[in-house]
Amino acid sequence: MFDFFVKNRAQIVTLTAEHIWLVATAMLIAIVAGVPLGILISRRDWLRKPVLGSVNVIQTIPSLALFGFLLPLPWLGARAERLAIAALAAYALLPIVRNTYTGILGIDPAVREAAVGMGLNSRQMLWKVELPLTAPFIFSGIRIATVTAIGVATIAAAVGAGGLGEFIFRGVAMVNNQLILAGAVPAAALAILADLGLGFIERRLHHPRVG
Amino acid sequence: MNEVVQLREGPQPAPAQQHVEIAFHNVSYRSNGEAILEDVSFVVEKGETLTLLGRSGAGKTTALKLMNRLYEPTSGEVIVQGRSTTEWDPIQLRRRIGYVIQESGLFPHYTIRENVALVPSLERWPREKIEVRVEQLLSMIGMPLHEFGSRYPHELSGGQRQRVGVARALAADPPILLMDEPFGALDPITRSELQHEFLNLQQQLGKTVVLVTHDLREALLLGTCIALLEHGKLTLIAKREEFMASSDHSVQAFVKPFLEAEQLLPR
Repeated sequence: MFDFFVKNRAQIVTLTAEHIWLVATAMLIAIVAGVPLGILISRRDWLRKPVLGSVNVIQTIPSLALFGFLLPLPWLGARAERLAIAALAAYALLPIVRNTYTGILGIDPAVREAAVGMGLNSRQMLWKVELPLTAPFIFSGIRIATVTAIGVATIAAAVGAGGLGEFIFRGVAMVNNQLILAGAVPAAALAILADLGLGFIERRLHHPRVG
Repeated sequence: MNEVVQLREGPQPAPAQQHVEIAFHNVSYRSNGEAILEDVSFVVEKGETLTLLGRSGAGKTTALKLMNRLYEPTSGEVIVQGRSTTEWDPIQLRRRIGYVIQESGLFPHYTIRENVALVPSLERWPREKIEVRVEQLLSMIGMPLHEFGSRYPHELSGGQRQRVGVARALAADPPILLMDEPFGALDPITRSELQHEFLNLQQQLGKTVVLVTHDLREALLLGTCIALLEHGKLTLIAKREEFMASSDHSVQAFVKPFLEAEQLLPR
């Protein structure tokens, strides 16, 4: 077992790097789209249901099916990597949008009232009050989404996007447990590292929310 | 719009208006069709402390929020420093008006120093000036900078938080201070302390203050002028000395339970 890892370490490193690249790019896109979306639905009540509903529905689509749905799309379907990143980003939206929204909603109304009363404009309200106080919630959403994405990304190998799933699929096909573990162990390690690392940042951002 | 402005700045300025800081002209405020305030008119003169007295739901807080344009009147006009609140840029207006609320509303993620420095830094004061001001304000409320400056609001007692709330409201030296039941959530001893500190402070600063309370004692202790609100209507506005002597039956009705409670106390 150990021998196998040592012998194939070059490929393990390559596929792990691919895996990280897929997840990191997808998360970046999901954050850039999800946080503003969460802020938007905290301000426009009528958008809340359709937006949360849509990102919720995306979550219910089995990942393999989602990869399949995206395949015929013009630009996305052209390369497996793009396809995988788009699907992973779509999955990551729900926890990020929802946590941003609930975080903003949970801010002490007295803090908000005082802030408006002192003459903060809406931009200052966002950057000085809402985002700092919501940051731990947003990060908790990012953490959950990242850990999930690391797992789901193994399936991306089914459409040829690479990553640690390659080992797993090959191992399943060849009924070779060593190969499966060569994919599963680094993926699990990545998930745990991401959970710990992001959890650390999350705790650093935490402030008591009562003024 | 222009004509209105010209009339005010024009040839016949009423001299009495010079002393008026805030004026309500036939102000009504409705929310979802329900009348919260009805046809309320009064003036607050410079340097005066007006206490808005009344039961819960009488419209006191609404009246206060009309002054810094957190609400806009459904009809009538609220004039602050000679201009209707709807003509003021709301941000500019609020920066000139200190605002203290019952739950303090301090920013939990800011230190005490940062909380007090907030409005001056929004107003882009130079850093040294802000530092001097924060130190001065914190020593004024008896919470020296070196001891309290880097603490967070949750590390303070309720009374201390409320003191900081007052310091924050005074930071940019606004001419007007609005206070919404500022001492309402405190225990009786702390409340009494803060009330007396406020009186001392007001003697030095001479701000125009509007303070909302449902406590007759507090209204009489702190107000130079008292307005009684009932069901959205102004029943009486009078100088402190005249208020208790008023024969107005709604005043008598409001005052009676307080006097009876006094008599229950052992002498």
